[in-house]
Amino acid sequence: MNKLVKLFITSISAITLALVSFTSSFAKVDGEYIVLGSAISLTGKYSSNGVHTQNGYNMAVDRINKMGGVKVGGKSYKFEIIYYDDESNPKRAAQLAERLIKQDGVHYMLGPYSSGLTKAIAPVTEKYKIPMVEANGASRSLFTKGYKYLFAVLSPANQYLEVAIDLAVEKNGGKPVRIAQAFEQDAFSQDVRLGILDAAKRTGSEIIIDDKLPKELNDMAATLAKVKATKPDVLVVSGHTKGALTAIRQISEMKVDVPMLAMTHCDAAKLSKQHGKNSEYALCASQWHKNLSYKDKFFGSGKKYDKDFKKEFGYAPPYQSAESSAALLVFKDAFERANSFDRDKVRDALVDTEMQTFYGNIKFGPGGQNVAKPMILFQVRCKGDTCENKVVAPTKWASDKFYHPIPKWSERG
Amino acid sequence: MDFLIFKAPMLMVQASLDGILLGILFALIAYGMALQWGVMNIINIAQGDLVILGGYIAYTMYLAGIHPAWGVIVSPIIMFFVGWALYKLVINKVVDRDLFISILATFGIAIVFQQLMNFIFGADVVVAQSGYGTTMLFDNSVTLPNSKIFSAVISVLYAIALVIYMKKSRLGRAIRATAQNARAAKILGVDTEKVYAATFGINAALCGIAGALISITLTLHPYVGLPYTVRSFMIVIVAGLGNLPAVAVSGMGLGLFEEFADYILGTEFRIGAVFMLLVFILVYRRFKLSKKREYLK
Repeated sequence: MNKLVKLFITSISAITLALVSFTSSFAKVDGEYIVLGSAISLTGKYSSNGVHTQNGYNMAVDRINKMGGVKVGGKSYKFEIIYYDDESNPKRAAQLAERLIKQDGVHYMLGPYSSGLTKAIAPVTEKYKIPMVEANGASRSLFTKGYKYLFAVLSPANQYLEVAIDLAVEKNGGKPVRIAQAFEQDAFSQDVRLGILDAAKRTGSEIIIDDKLPKELNDMAATLAKVKATKPDVLVVSGHTKGALTAIRQISEMKVDVPMLAMTHCDAAKLSKQHGKNSEYALCASQWHKNLSYKDKFFGSGKKYDKDFKKEFGYAPPYQSAESSAALLVFKDAFERANSFDRDKVRDALVDTEMQTFYGNIKFGPGGQNVAKPMILFQVRCKGDTCENKVVAPTKWASDKFYHPIPKWSERG
Repeated sequence: MDFLIFKAPMLMVQASLDGILLGILFALIAYGMALQWGVMNIINIAQGDLVILGGYIAYTMYLAGIHPAWGVIVSPIIMFFVGWALYKLVINKVVDRDLFISILATFGIAIVFQQLMNFIFGADVVVAQSGYGTTMLFDNSVTLPNSKIFSAVISVLYAIALVIYMKKSRLGRAIRATAQNARAAKILGVDTEKVYAATFGINAALCGIAGALISITLTLHPYVGLPYTVRSFMIVIVAGLGNLPAVAVSGMGLGLFEEFADYILGTEFRIGAVFMLLVFILVYRRFKLSKKREYLK
C-alpha cells in the first residue's frame, strides 16, 4: 500500500515537472502570442490604482491585437498578459516576479503599481535580465541604481512639482518665494520633496516650513496653523490621496489663505468630486491629461482615449491607466524594431526608443526614466458646483489661464 | 523657525483647542475599550477597525443623500448588532482564556474587517461632507471647524448618557457587577453570557459613533484603524479601567500632547512622541509600584 502511494506521488511529481518545463520553454512566445507578465495589486491598499493599471494594460492589449498585433520576422503576433495579485505587498510582488520568470517562463515584464512595488521587483528582473517596461514607479531612486533592464514611461517623482515653484517665482516677478511644504514619509513623496529642494535652491527661494507627515496621519491641523501664522507664498503638499483629501478638507475648514497651493494625486483622490468647490484653485501635478495634443495611430488622441476608455470601463481614465496603456505601445515598438524575441535585442531596442504616443513623447534616459515628456500642472476650476481640471502649465499645452493668487476665503462664495 | 509656537501666542490657543477637541473623540473610543477590557478582560485590537466600519456606515448614508451627521444615530445601532454577532461568533470562545489568545483572536478580526471593508468600499480614501462651516475666534487668527466642535459635543453627550445608563439601568448594574466579580455575579443570577455580549455590543456602538464623527472631521480608509487602537490603548493604560473621568482627562491630555509635540518636535515625531510617552508612563508606574511594595514589607 505504502509503496503504491509513493509510486503515485512520484509519478504525479514527474508529470508536473515535465509539464512545467514544457510550458516554460514556450511561454515567452507561445504560438502566435507574446506572453508578458505582471504582478499587480488587485487586493490590498493599492487595489484601486492597481485596477486602473490593469485596465490600462488590457485596453492596450485589446487595441494592439485588434489592429494587427506585433509584426516580428514577417509574422504577426498577439500580446497576452499573465497577471498575479501581489496584494499590495512588496515581498509578495518580488516572489511573484520570480514565479513569472522561473515557472511561467515569462521573458518580458510589465511593471506593478507604485514605486515601492517596482523597487521590489526591479532587482529580480535585473538578476534574470528580463526587460521590464513600467508605468507606475516614479521614485527617483529607481533610476539611480544603474538598472539596465528597467524602462519607465513616466516622468520621475522629483519633477512632479518643480514646475510649480518655477511658476510661483514667475508670478512673483522673478523674485524668490517663501515655500511651506508638507510631505508624507514615503519614497515617492520624499522624492517630490527633493525636487522642490532643487527648485528652491535654483531660484534662491526659502523653505520656511518643512513638515514630514507620518504614514498613519490624517490630521494636518498643526501644519496648517503654522502656515497661517507664517504666510508663505506657496504651500506644497504630497501624501498620496490621503494627503490631498486631508489638506483640502482642513484648508477649507481652517480658512487657510495661501496665494498658491500645489499638490499631487488630485485626480486619483477625485478631489474635485469629493470636495467640490473647496478644492477650487488647487494646482495639481499630473503625468497626463486628455486635452494634451499628443497623438498615435492606436488610440488617436488623448480625448479619443478618454472616450474609448469610458465606453469600455465606465469611468474616465486616470493618468495611471493612460501611462499603463503607453507601456504596451513601447513594447510593441521595441519588438518590431528589434525584429526578434531575443531578450537582449529587445532590451537594446528599448534603449533606442524615441516615439510619440497619445500619452506623450517617450525616450529613455541612461537610468531608464522617460526624459522626453514634461510633467503638467492642472488647476481645479469650478462653475457652480461642477468642478473640472484645467491644464495651466507648461504654457505649450495650457488650455486655460493660471488663476493667481487664490482669492481669500472671506471673498469666496 | 524652531518653536514658532512660543513666538505666536495664538498658535498656543489653536493647538490647545485642536488638541482638546480631538482628545474628546479619542476618549470616546478609549472608553469603549476600557469598558470591555474591564468587564471581559479582552484587549480588542480590532477597536480601530470597528471605528472605521462605523465611519463607512455614515459615509454610505452620505452617498445615499442623507446627511452624514445622522450617522451618529444609525451607525451605533448597526454597530451594536455587529458587536453582538462578533461576540457570539468569536469572542465567547476566547473570553475565559488568557489575554494572549484574545489578542490573537481580535487581531484576526481586525485583518478580516480590513479586507472586507477594502472589498466592499474600495481602497480609495473617502470623506463625507457635513457642510458645517467654521467658527472663527480672535479676529480669524484661530479657526475651529464646526464639525470638530460637533463631534466633541456628541461624544460628551453619549458619554454622559452611557454613565447614567450604567448607573441606573438593570443591564448597567449587571455589567458593573460582572466587571467586579464575574463568578459572584453568576451565582447571584446574572446571565454573564448576555452581559458579555451586550458589553461588546456597546463597545462596538461607541466605535460606530466615533467612526461617524471621523467621517465628517478626518478621512476614511480601510487600513487606518490601527492608530485609533493604539491611542485608545494608551489612554486606557494611563487612566485605568472603569474610570470615565480619568479616561476623558487622559484623552484630552493625549490630544494636547500630540498637538504640542507636533509644533515643538515636528510632525514626523507626532505619533512617535505618543509611544515615547507610553513607555515613560509605564516605567514610571512600575517605579511607583515597586516603592509601594517595599513600604508594605
